[in-house]
Amino acid sequence: MASEWFHPIVDTESEPFWTAAREGKLLIKRCRSCSKTYYYPRHFCPACWSGETEWVSASQLGTIYSCSAVHQNPAQPFNDLCPYGVVLVELEEGPRMMVNWDFDVPLELMQCGMPVEIAFRSVSETLALPIARPRS
Amino acid sequence: MSGRSVAIVGAAESDFGSVPHLTTFEIHAQAATRAAVDSGLNKQDVDGLFTCGGFGALHALEMSEYLGLHPRFLGSTNVGGSSWESFIESAVLAIQAGKCNTALLVYGATPKSDVKRKLRSGDLAAMPRAIQQYEAPFGATLIAKYALIARRHMYQYGTTPEQLAAIAVAMRKNAARNPKAAMREPISVQDVMASKMVADPLRLLDCCLRTDGGGAVIVTRADRARDCKKPPVWVIGTGSAESHATMSQMEDLTISPAKRSAATAFSEAGITAKDIDVLQCYDSFTITVLLTLEAMGFCKPGEGGSFVEDGKLAWDGALPTNTDGGGLSSNHPGMRGIFLLIEATRQLRGESTAQLNNPRIAVCTGTGGFMSHCGTVVLAKD
Repeated sequence: MASEWFHPIVDTESEPFWTAAREGKLLIKRCRSCSKTYYYPRHFCPACWSGETEWVSASQLGTIYSCSAVHQNPAQPFNDLCPYGVVLVELEEGPRMMVNWDFDVPLELMQCGMPVEIAFRSVSETLALPIARPRS
Repeated sequence: MSGRSVAIVGAAESDFGSVPHLTTFEIHAQAATRAAVDSGLNKQDVDGLFTCGGFGALHALEMSEYLGLHPRFLGSTNVGGSSWESFIESAVLAIQAGKCNTALLVYGATPKSDVKRKLRSGDLAAMPRAIQQYEAPFGATLIAKYALIARRHMYQYGTTPEQLAAIAVAMRKNAARNPKAAMREPISVQDVMASKMVADPLRLLDCCLRTDGGGAVIVTRADRARDCKKPPVWVIGTGSAESHATMSQMEDLTISPAKRSAATAFSEAGITAKDIDVLQCYDSFTITVLLTLEAMGFCKPGEGGSFVEDGKLAWDGALPTNTDGGGLSSNHPGMRGIFLLIEATRQLRGESTAQLNNPRIAVCTGTGGFMSHCGTVVLAKD
């Protein structure tokens, strides 16, 4: 993994998620026992504690539950990126996830309730991070 | 029921504001010794200690040793700024169970000087490991997390930035009465609106200060409380509630866990929001206050904006709140819940710099993390 401090420290529970992210795919988890779909990934189900869980490909469609344009962050690389968008997306499958607003789309377009799709931006050879953007 | 079995008998701040000559440990000691003097109790009386927030993983042990204490009961659950309200809950239980007789709650930090010394950055960013690997990489600062909450409240209920600004204006009006407050110049809604955007919709004056300092509170058994220097301030109800650690897991961004902590505490105390004479409400950000007021039942969900816009949170308003000026205008060394207890105690004793006319019931609600945890304490005088 790259060594920048903000890069996820990948572990055995998250490795499939980040590997799929590099391929532009969003994987979330579903419980085979209680059918709960959840994000972020865990080997067990947080709703019923069953260990019978599976990875599923998400539709990568959702709506913006909330968002903020960040104008100040003293930490790099974010300082150079200001202002940038932080978005909580409610996925069609139910769970919410935090992502960035697509750095190539004007921030003014970002608003609550807006339908979006999840895409991935390549940050390094080993890392792609999810972003939200208007549906194509 | 807490009944009237445990009381706050000592409360004190350390020097605060910018105190680069004091170490964080000295700040703890200064606050603790002043609280002891305030109570009339001796160091030898203290057999319980509640503290968190230091540098080491073993902060409670380091602080026991530094203060020269060997507590029979030790608590250090760190849930952020609300830790102090939850410590009161734990201290009451420990005292009622006979595990200790007199407990010291103590906090100290120097975030202002630490940023100047480059010992820490302006934002306490989480390491992107374990569950934070799904949030830290996106640059969501502490303020941005509260901004997400504010934006959702605005989207859902039409709350305006001007209504949030009215909260900051009221806190500043209270701070003007407090000679020790860091910011005492009156401000207007327009001043808040003209201040720099930090994380939309939160502007600089929607955000708490960053100051150095600490505080301490001493609680003891009823029979001992009656023999202390000042009238006892009874703990008649407590409640705590957790919600989440990452923002994607907060079930409803418009509902503070104070809804549950206050319900528990009010039920124990046998009160409702209407019975409260003075409120000490965690004000890390203006939106923190708005959500807490709704959650505690002072107004309906979504009505917080219109509730606060007439300035009723000022010391001379209908719901005097943060009569010391709060974290928005007086002081905010990181985990501010201890100061809520101190100011509530002062109001019930008649010692506040913005003293109300004979308040009988004071309530403190602290908030920790990212609206992640709340602790509510109901206090009453004889």
